[in-house]
Amino acid sequence: MKAILRNIDVACEKGLPLCQDTGIHIFFVKGNLKLIESFAEFEEAIRNGVRKATEEVPLRPNAVHPITRKNPGNNIGVRMPYINYVPTDDPWLEITAFPKGAGSENMSFMKMLTPSQGLKGIKEFVLDAAIKSGGKPCTPTVIGVGIGGTSDIAMHIAKEALLRPIGERHPEKEIAELEDELLRAINETGIGPMGLGGKTTVLDVHVEYAYCHTASLPVAVNTQCWTGRRASAKIYEDGRVEETEG
Amino acid sequence: MAEYRFKTPLSEEDVRKLRIGDIVYLDGIIYTGRDEVHIHAMELAKEGKNPPVDFRNMVLFHCGPVMKKDENGEWRVIAAGPTTSSRMNSLEPEFIGRFGVRAIIGKGGMSMPTVEAMKKHGAVYLAMTGGAAALAAASFKKVHGVEWLDFGMPEAIWILEAENLGPLVVGIDAHGSSIYEDVEKDVKNREKKVREMLGI
Repeated sequence: MKAILRNIDVACEKGLPLCQDTGIHIFFVKGNLKLIESFAEFEEAIRNGVRKATEEVPLRPNAVHPITRKNPGNNIGVRMPYINYVPTDDPWLEITAFPKGAGSENMSFMKMLTPSQGLKGIKEFVLDAAIKSGGKPCTPTVIGVGIGGTSDIAMHIAKEALLRPIGERHPEKEIAELEDELLRAINETGIGPMGLGGKTTVLDVHVEYAYCHTASLPVAVNTQCWTGRRASAKIYEDGRVEETEG
Repeated sequence: MAEYRFKTPLSEEDVRKLRIGDIVYLDGIIYTGRDEVHIHAMELAKEGKNPPVDFRNMVLFHCGPVMKKDENGEWRVIAAGPTTSSRMNSLEPEFIGRFGVRAIIGKGGMSMPTVEAMKKHGAVYLAMTGGAAALAAASFKKVHGVEWLDFGMPEAIWILEAENLGPLVVGIDAHGSSIYEDVEKDVKNREKKVREMLGI
């Protein structure tokens, strides 16, 4: 834990990446999408931003062709960076950069439970995922859980759950209680930081849900390593930019 | 728990001194190598050939660093922390046996076949804090070169010179012990209580 804290100091002082795995580049664009005049230009600007950051920060060129494994060297490729749009009626547009490292992303789990497995089955699935992951995803982690929807929706909301600040609870009491219960239980496993044993295995557990088909119960786990890097900027109608996180 | 400072190359005698939980600091040349390095080195081995660097008695770092060329055209280490070692589980025992690596730096531990190979050939696994890459980068004073850069920056063999790299925790020693196996047993023992907590 001491190394983690010293590393954050060194990285801040020198403006260096916290971790050599600077991730693949996932964006969430939330707000009034009418503020985007041209989606082609908007997405080109995001791609240029990723290209520039890769060269100048620098970031590690991580994006490769999934089969040939060829690395173009600039983190740009088919469907990458990946942009999620969340339209709202707000008077602003919020762009969140959410780089995702592979150590934690590789610890993703998805299962179509049967409705009869219910809440018990969900808890079992999440606990098993945490135990299977062990120290591999750079514990202590944040675990995002997506319940319901369809297979893709479950994983999508599990990832969205990771965007919620640590310590913040789901607005619904029953879900908030489930989060606390899972948090306490996983920290009792003894996996510990980096899987070397100890009391802190997860920093938080965030659960999101969606209604699902009466005949199914999808559940997904997406993991975030302790670095939890993200940065957001809100752009208002008048062109004002406000950095909201990061 | 003892603390050691070694300079590479390492001798079998040095490595056999270490026990799980000991702390190690390293000086000298260290090679990075991860998925592609293992795959291609083992392919070469099948043809009776060798990779471009000699791993014998050396340290292999499971790491895909962020590197940058400075204004003089010299490579510099920007960030260099460990990657998840378990991805190399399937090839590592053979790799250790064939190329004589004395120490592997990584994170998350490795499976029993690697533990056994380390016992047999005299090698150790050194755990580094994952994500603490800015800290580690400060310990690499010089870049001596790079091989297999055509696999991409993360997958190349970077030849780095370390100065007081650490603290590294001996996660697997050359006597068949592994912290990860011990933690796994502990987690199994606690699992019943944890499941009761969740009512499952």
